[in-house]
Amino acid sequence: MQAMNGSPLATAVLPDASAFGSPAAGDGAQAADPVGRRPPWPLTGTAALVCTALLLPVAFLIWQASGVGWSLITRLLMRRVTLTLLTNTVELTLAVTTCAALIALGAAWCIERTNLPGRRLWRVLMLLPLAIPDFVTGYTWSSLSPAVHGLGGAVLVMTLGLFPLIYLPVAAALRRADSTLYEVARGLGTGRFTAFLRVVLPQIRPALLGGCLLVTLALLAEFGAFEILRFQTFTTEIFTEFTLGFNAPAASALSLLLVLLSLLALGAEHIVGRRGSGRTTAGGLASARVLRIRRYRLGWATVPVIGGFVALTGLSVGVPVSTVVFWRFQAPDTTLPPIPLAGAAWNTVTYAGSAAILATVAAFPVALLFVRHRGRLGTLFERIGYLSQGLPGLVLALALVFFAIHAAYPLYQTPELLVVTYAIMFFPLALVSLRASLVQAPPRLEETARSLGCRPAAALARVTLPLVAPGIAASAALVFLAAVVELTATLVLIPSGAHTLATAFWAYQQNSSYASASRYAIVIVAIAAVPGCLLQRWFDRGPGRGEVRGQS
Amino acid sequence: MVGVVRIAALAAGGLLAGSLAACGGAASAGSSGPAQTITLYNGQHEQTTQALVAAFEKETGIRVTVRSDAEAVVTGQILQEGARSPADVIYTENSPPLEKLQEQHLLAPVSASTLASVPARFDSQANDWAGVSARVTVLVYNTHALTQAQLPASALDLASPKWKGKFGFAPSETDLQPVITSITRVHGRAAALAWLKGLKANAESNVYPDNETVMAKINSGQVQIALINNYYWYRLRLQLGAAAMHSAVAHLGAGDSGYVLDVSGAGVLASSQHKTAAQKFLAFLVSAQGQAIIAHSDSYEYPLRPGVAAAALLTPLSQLSPASNTVADLGDGLLPLRLLQQAQLG
Repeated sequence: MQAMNGSPLATAVLPDASAFGSPAAGDGAQAADPVGRRPPWPLTGTAALVCTALLLPVAFLIWQASGVGWSLITRLLMRRVTLTLLTNTVELTLAVTTCAALIALGAAWCIERTNLPGRRLWRVLMLLPLAIPDFVTGYTWSSLSPAVHGLGGAVLVMTLGLFPLIYLPVAAALRRADSTLYEVARGLGTGRFTAFLRVVLPQIRPALLGGCLLVTLALLAEFGAFEILRFQTFTTEIFTEFTLGFNAPAASALSLLLVLLSLLALGAEHIVGRRGSGRTTAGGLASARVLRIRRYRLGWATVPVIGGFVALTGLSVGVPVSTVVFWRFQAPDTTLPPIPLAGAAWNTVTYAGSAAILATVAAFPVALLFVRHRGRLGTLFERIGYLSQGLPGLVLALALVFFAIHAAYPLYQTPELLVVTYAIMFFPLALVSLRASLVQAPPRLEETARSLGCRPAAALARVTLPLVAPGIAASAALVFLAAVVELTATLVLIPSGAHTLATAFWAYQQNSSYASASRYAIVIVAIAAVPGCLLQRWFDRGPGRGEVRGQS
Repeated sequence: MVGVVRIAALAAGGLLAGSLAACGGAASAGSSGPAQTITLYNGQHEQTTQALVAAFEKETGIRVTVRSDAEAVVTGQILQEGARSPADVIYTENSPPLEKLQEQHLLAPVSASTLASVPARFDSQANDWAGVSARVTVLVYNTHALTQAQLPASALDLASPKWKGKFGFAPSETDLQPVITSITRVHGRAAALAWLKGLKANAESNVYPDNETVMAKINSGQVQIALINNYYWYRLRLQLGAAAMHSAVAHLGAGDSGYVLDVSGAGVLASSQHKTAAQKFLAFLVSAQGQAIIAHSDSYEYPLRPGVAAAALLTPLSQLSPASNTVADLGDGLLPLRLLQQAQLG
């Protein structure tokens, strides 16, 4: 029963580890936590170091903003349009998050809890939208129909692109949510829908909230797709200041408002997540010896449900991919010197691959501190880890330009700095994956190893690391995926003259050479689909080495 | 686990190879004798830039590393880099970014012979950057919806309610800034603001992210009239073929404040370590050979060197009668930005 297995991402986005009820985090277990409440200083130190690096962009913003007259900023913010833009931002965030959550919930339920035919295929297809760059999706939709614009267009395109961020954790949480409660509720005469709302939803609520948080932060930072779709959010104001006034200080001051919005989202998610965690029983049962998962017959609903999945993947994957393939067959129409495909692909794979490793390694101490030692410091560090996701890529890139120029000049415009930038940008993806798998790895095993004479570091390396391998894979895969499709920061920080697939696509697309551009987009999708499939294989495995069965 | 190891090994190997390659690149650039390499931050149309670079490399043996991005981004990047910028030359689509860099003392004086190659009114008045090519603001209109006789003689008329629902524009494009500045110079700030508000009202939902889209909408008939740089029409014609054009270009009345000749230029960075080679590149841009490449490229911009004719399709530069602005008059973009913001456009 594959469904019995927790997935690496599964628990990924749980904001509160205790929600899992795993012995590591459950109340009773925590008191007995052998690793102790006071974290070892090397762990705290490393986590602090990582968080300092993560705070660099925000520090840059504050420093830049301090050079702007506040009269300008207040004048800009007090305009009528600012209110409109903020309203747009909030409306869009609520609409996309709601739509994405509903789609993700429905898809996850059907795939994990019903006898839907072709589940393995659907699982892979549910991941693929993450592998399609937003500039490809934006252009595809806007060239396909002029009707796709404004709030409606933005909601459509962003929902289709971002729902996997909610689907992944929710699907995984569902796999760990025992069916017994639901059946008891049904047995007591509760209706299907009510039973879902009152029993299943609380079980998966932390995962759902976490996914929604990732979607919200991604929306705050997005600019390119909205520009194409003629929908203005608050990022428009930031970009106008930068693009037309070359005024990075004012753009930075305005970006601080995005930081504020991110903090609000982080705070809200933290509070709601905590409040719900007490009555969440998902983990409590999940960590028990036997997890009962039942699949329900779809019956007559099979055909409409399959129709829904076909429509969803058709819109989210089929439309952009077939448009790009269609471009491929247009006449080549450029005098731009050819950008070698293999070289660009190699750069993409090595930069993104290195970023995947770096982000994962850097996120590990932060996740470990948070999961094993809780405490205010751990929670603070963990929340800091999300901040970078709410900032536009250009803002982050300029911050890195500044710090490299002043503090690490030899690194400027080297692959190394680009890799560091990716790692900062996509740190949250690594963090959520690692945190989830660490929650599943019982500290008791590490304690046993230590009682047998293992040093703490050795126990961590020999016991815990293998246990969290699926989380490591998930973290690396997600960061890789995100880095492959990154464009804005790449253009600013890539070594002069070098290209990734994304910058090559951009170069041709800027010159309206869609036939040439499409080659690179096709390879982007092909490369980005690989970790998606790898991740899927982790999902598909039976109870594996890294699972919680150790405590049964 | 095998998967993780494999990914890790692949990526670690990749990073190593990547940095080795980077080192190798730097080494070969430094060690290959007289061949020098300069870095060009390019905000201009990349196809033309690459054609210019190829000819320059062939001519001089100096290699050029091109770094392309939107002109605002390359400019913003140099502003952050300051005195440590790796750029030797910056080449932009419009003059405001260059004026901004000049204000910040980040540009070196351009050699006198380069400045002398094009009429002085197209060069920076502080001599810190050189004019390379020009573009002119024109009306483009859908020929099924409008006849030439119906077109306004002044850009100011586009704000009249007559064009409600028929006008479209891309206010976030840097191309609009010189027009706003020019109108402000002639008619004052209040009039320019009222004009922008009128345009906004007339455009309704036809506000686009870029002028390529505006041009496409004109050609498809979704928008009837727009005020954009001339080359967008010619580039679309090149792309679609003359038969597929359902639109035309028309010039505004002579000397109209919205009839703006806007200069694209280049400068050498004050921080450049390769100033001689960088100056050679600028000289090449305004040389007869460089200007001919611009004239024959798919950019459809006006070469500025006397004696080099523009593409045959264009109205010759000498027959244009734009408003009398100097490049200094067109400024660094700040004034139009504040007006756009006051008009709630961005």
